[in-house]
Amino acid sequence: MSKKLIREFPGIVSRLILGAGLWLAAPAVFAEYGLNFPKPVTPVAHKILELHNMILLICVIIFVIVFGVMFYSIFAHRKSRGYKPAKFHDNATLEVVWTVIPFLILVSMAIPSTATLLEMSDTSKSDLTIKITAYQWKWKYDYPDQDVGFFSTLTTPRDQIENKAAKGEHYLLEVDNPIVVPVGKKVRFLVTANDVIHAWWVPQLGVKKDAIPGFINEFWIRADEAGTFRGQCAELCGKDHGFMPIVVSAVSQEDFTKWVAVQKGKAAAESAGSTKTWSKDELMEKGKKAYAATCAACHGPEGKGIPGVFPAIEGSKVASGPVEEHIKTVLHGRATGKFGAQMPAFAAQLSDADVAAIVTFERNALGNKAGDVVQPSQAKALRK
Amino acid sequence: MSADHHAQHPTGITRWLFTTNHKDIGTLYLVFAFIMAIVGGTMSLVIRSELWQPGLQLVDPHFFNQMTTAHALVMIFGFAMPAFVGLANWMVPIMIGAPDMALPRMNNWSFWILPFAATLLILGLFMPGGGPAGGWTLYPPLSVQGGIGTDFTLLSIHMLGMSSILGSINIIATILNMRAPGMTLMKMPMFAWTWLITAFLLIAAMPVLAGAITMLITDRHFGTHFFDAAGGGDPVLFQHVFWFFGHPEVYILVLPAFGVFSQIIPTFARKPLFGYASMVYATASIALLSFIVWAHHMYTVGMPMAGELFFMYATMLIAVPTGVKIFNWVSTMWRGSMTFETPMLWSIGGVFTFAIGGFSGLMLAITPADFQYQDTYFVVAHFHYVIFGATIYGLFAAIYYWLPKWTGHLYSETLGKWHFWLTTIGFNLTFFPQHFLGLAGMPRRIPDYALQFTEFNQWSTVGAFLTISAQLIFFYIAIRAMNGGAKATDKVWEGADGLEWTLSSPPPYHSFAVAPKIK
Repeated sequence: MSKKLIREFPGIVSRLILGAGLWLAAPAVFAEYGLNFPKPVTPVAHKILELHNMILLICVIIFVIVFGVMFYSIFAHRKSRGYKPAKFHDNATLEVVWTVIPFLILVSMAIPSTATLLEMSDTSKSDLTIKITAYQWKWKYDYPDQDVGFFSTLTTPRDQIENKAAKGEHYLLEVDNPIVVPVGKKVRFLVTANDVIHAWWVPQLGVKKDAIPGFINEFWIRADEAGTFRGQCAELCGKDHGFMPIVVSAVSQEDFTKWVAVQKGKAAAESAGSTKTWSKDELMEKGKKAYAATCAACHGPEGKGIPGVFPAIEGSKVASGPVEEHIKTVLHGRATGKFGAQMPAFAAQLSDADVAAIVTFERNALGNKAGDVVQPSQAKALRK
Repeated sequence: MSADHHAQHPTGITRWLFTTNHKDIGTLYLVFAFIMAIVGGTMSLVIRSELWQPGLQLVDPHFFNQMTTAHALVMIFGFAMPAFVGLANWMVPIMIGAPDMALPRMNNWSFWILPFAATLLILGLFMPGGGPAGGWTLYPPLSVQGGIGTDFTLLSIHMLGMSSILGSINIIATILNMRAPGMTLMKMPMFAWTWLITAFLLIAAMPVLAGAITMLITDRHFGTHFFDAAGGGDPVLFQHVFWFFGHPEVYILVLPAFGVFSQIIPTFARKPLFGYASMVYATASIALLSFIVWAHHMYTVGMPMAGELFFMYATMLIAVPTGVKIFNWVSTMWRGSMTFETPMLWSIGGVFTFAIGGFSGLMLAITPADFQYQDTYFVVAHFHYVIFGATIYGLFAAIYYWLPKWTGHLYSETLGKWHFWLTTIGFNLTFFPQHFLGLAGMPRRIPDYALQFTEFNQWSTVGAFLTISAQLIFFYIAIRAMNGGAKATDKVWEGADGLEWTLSSPPPYHSFAVAPKIK
């Protein structure tokens, strides 16, 4: 290339780098506006942020240099300024230079990336294990060593989503039962799915892992500080993909121990409920809640379903036919072939009391008037 | 020219139904592509309107998912690919001095598959349960849940794939057999080179997609369990097979646009293309690398460490030949004598926006960082910078560059520049803020979002409406140029070089009946 370019080049480059520096400083000023990752709270999340910032910086500098040269050329080498075209069209040295230099830059990026990746994948020597199971459209968390397990579902009211009420601060990022982890402990997660592929993602923890039926993936976190960290499902998993948030609550070890005790108490109360006899009003009240949490996602809050995709409960033959069939459908699922999706089995998700309440509710509300009442013992008998 | 005497052809509808003329078929492809662009563009406005503010306003989540799925399929298979096959049909024969495509009857068939395939694709949306709602990537088990609309789509993709393969065979046969005497491969225009390589990519990639969707169809209806874990299958297998097609597909969309930039920039810099040979090698390297990087779309599925590292390194390597191309374009401009007519604006704009998409692509290649970017709006921003920023910019550059040649009429430069600037402002307003949305934690493919994402989504929606509105100018320009305007000269552009500029504007119905001689 020309001597003129070589002469001008250092001056151009130094000005461009200055410009790039100013441009990069700007995002720092607007940090509050969510221009970059949310504040990282685990060692890995910190490393990812550093890696991201470094690569972004390198990219921006190269971008500014290359397009600085281009825009200089656009400004200077135009016909309207009487610039006469040069004739050169090849330069082997230059081709080699701009093949080798980018390669070396890439190597310099690959080294820290590899180190971070190796650290992320080391799930050994963990203090606690939690199993995540993804469902359409909720998360189940099991603590096998503590013998605690529960579902976590969205609590944002329908009225807010349908714009009938003002939206709350944590709109769509709030759940009934957050996952609780102790601060400063290495927590290992096993993640899988029950139906389709989901992905468990909490940006501040620096983790995203697909939840895949038939597979168990693993990852680990260590929260450096207490707090509530919010995330969402990141893999399209059907209609309510946007409505299955994740809330992680990092607490001290003492609070964690207390929380485990409370969870165990709740589980005991639930199993006690499965042996007693319920009144119709009690069942209807419990059923309304359980229906909203478990069934409404597909069958709709009013039981109308989605034509061709999910069947309606309103006027359904199942909800007016023999009660055993109805209970079996809830417990073991159903594939009619009439609808694209088949109904999954809910036996593992619902207690006998839940099943009794849901079936009673579906038979006596949502436009149905079967009139009968189902007790937990009937659900228990059909479980097998 | 004596060829004019052979220009008899049926008139009216039969001309278009039975044509075997590469120019007519090229026109058909382009018209079809822009009809599909209107369909796909409308879907994007449905998506952006729903995302104007938090809460569900216009559509329910199930329909929203159908829109994101159909928007992608229509734009990729209905708009971008046919548009460039149209350009290849029009330009490849007259750039290499051939009288027509090598296989004219097959050419007719490969086009006429498209309207039927597209109809099937759109009809799926009106079936009970609607169209597929699992994303254009059709991942099982979700895609196994869909209703009959999903089957319409799968069959339609089979047909679209057939059309692409037939078109590619034709392009390869034409380029390898019908170049004018003296036009060696290394003297070929870059547009022909990039299409030759793209055609090989298509032939290698499309059958793989056909395999994937066939397995999906048998899983859905014939009791196989290729992708069903409960039956001993593997849902991740689909992703491997799909992306083995899907990543080359990205280069199928973008390489011909690179060819267009390599034609146009020298014309308006009045200086030969810098590093022709290295451009050819870079294009071929990108094509080869595209077959060994597919799993960078799948870093979060839980691959073994060796896999994660291999795909990271291989993907990063693509930056090298891509960089070479950008450096070559900039060096072509360097010390040229540049003017900035509309095709040049689209080319420079395309190189610039593509570079942004290229850099975000490099960032996405970095596995640990990708754990944050994966399936967020950062990815949405990235691939629109590549597919809109390079492919669609390249398409408009090509159309403005060759429109006077095709129609024999000059278009209004003022309107063309308005179209460019409004589209560029709208496009960047739509997609640049999406980088920030992704980094801040907004997943893609959601119909409703948390409150902190509101502002950037509103910018994005405004940008989308501006971008789409600006295309009305384009339709006005194109239709007016077809129907009249100032006469274009044969050469059209002062710095133009190549066989297409030796023909009259518009070219005779049958051109190069006698092969030209290349020095």
